[in-house]
Amino acid sequence: MTTIEISCVEVWREISNYLDEELSPDLRDRMEAHFSACAHCTAVLDGTRNAVALLGDGRLFQMPEGFSKRLYKKIQGLP
Amino acid sequence: MSIPRPLLQTNEAQLIKRICDGEREAFYELLHPYERMIYAIAISIVKNPADAEEVAQEAVLKAFSNLVSFRGDAKFSTWLAQITYNEAKMKLRKARPHLYESIDAQQQNEDGDYSPTDFADWRPIPSELLEVCEIRETLLNAINLLSSTYREVLVLRDVQLLSIKETTTILGISEAAVKTRLHRARLLLRDSLAPGFDGFWIKGQTYRKVRPW
Ligand SMILES: [Zn+2]
Repeated sequence: MTTIEISCVEVWREISNYLDEELSPDLRDRMEAHFSACAHCTAVLDGTRNAVALLGDGRLFQMPEGFSKRLYKKIQGLP
Repeated sequence: MSIPRPLLQTNEAQLIKRICDGEREAFYELLHPYERMIYAIAISIVKNPADAEEVAQEAVLKAFSNLVSFRGDAKFSTWLAQITYNEAKMKLRKARPHLYESIDAQQQNEDGDYSPTDFADWRPIPSELLEVCEIRETLLNAINLLSSTYREVLVLRDVQLLSIKETTTILGISEAAVKTRLHRARLLLRDSLAPGFDGFWIKGQTYRKVRPW
């Protein structure tokens, strides 16, 4: 069975859902067929995946020095 | 992170019971795993560390005084995230009501297709570089430059790794809206991480090369 081709524009629209595995198997297959043939869309996918990976890294949002301690103090002061 | 969810929830339910029975110390234990989440949500909305800390403290106090009303039908983390989100929004509205973005203005951005730029020499930024303060700041700048509509979804989904469902609960928007905004936010962020854009996100700011290549 051959997959029906989709355009770059259609692929871009679904990149985020593709990363989240929120697509029907059929659409996912068509996306994958497209990626294997289109360097631009593959670059968009890789770049987006890279951005998502950096965001999810615990090192990105660092709490200010002493944040935890001050929060604890606040709780201690509760009536 | 490594504690299996059912165990974590049982643990939390026990902690909550102890707190409601008057054991104050247990509250800190309950809260501790979510400190970073509270801070990240707060700062992604109010944008500066001092305000974020104030929001965090207010959210924590609110969580404590409302703990008896926490029924356990939602996850504690979602409940806490929602309190933090609401506190942050309230702070923003109080501080700069004139800057509060109207729904209409936000809506405009969501129309139409977005074409990602083709960067010939794209190379991924390795996660290890987050150890470098400058890279971290550059990335945080890029997030801050997104409109709040996009930033909020991005932080809940991709920084806090909350599910689509949890995100809809906290933001009070539909699943479709979460997906659309997340999609746009991710592509915009991807563009801003591209070579040549490093340190150049704020208009008029001098170019500063951050990538080591
Ligand atoms: Zn393509």
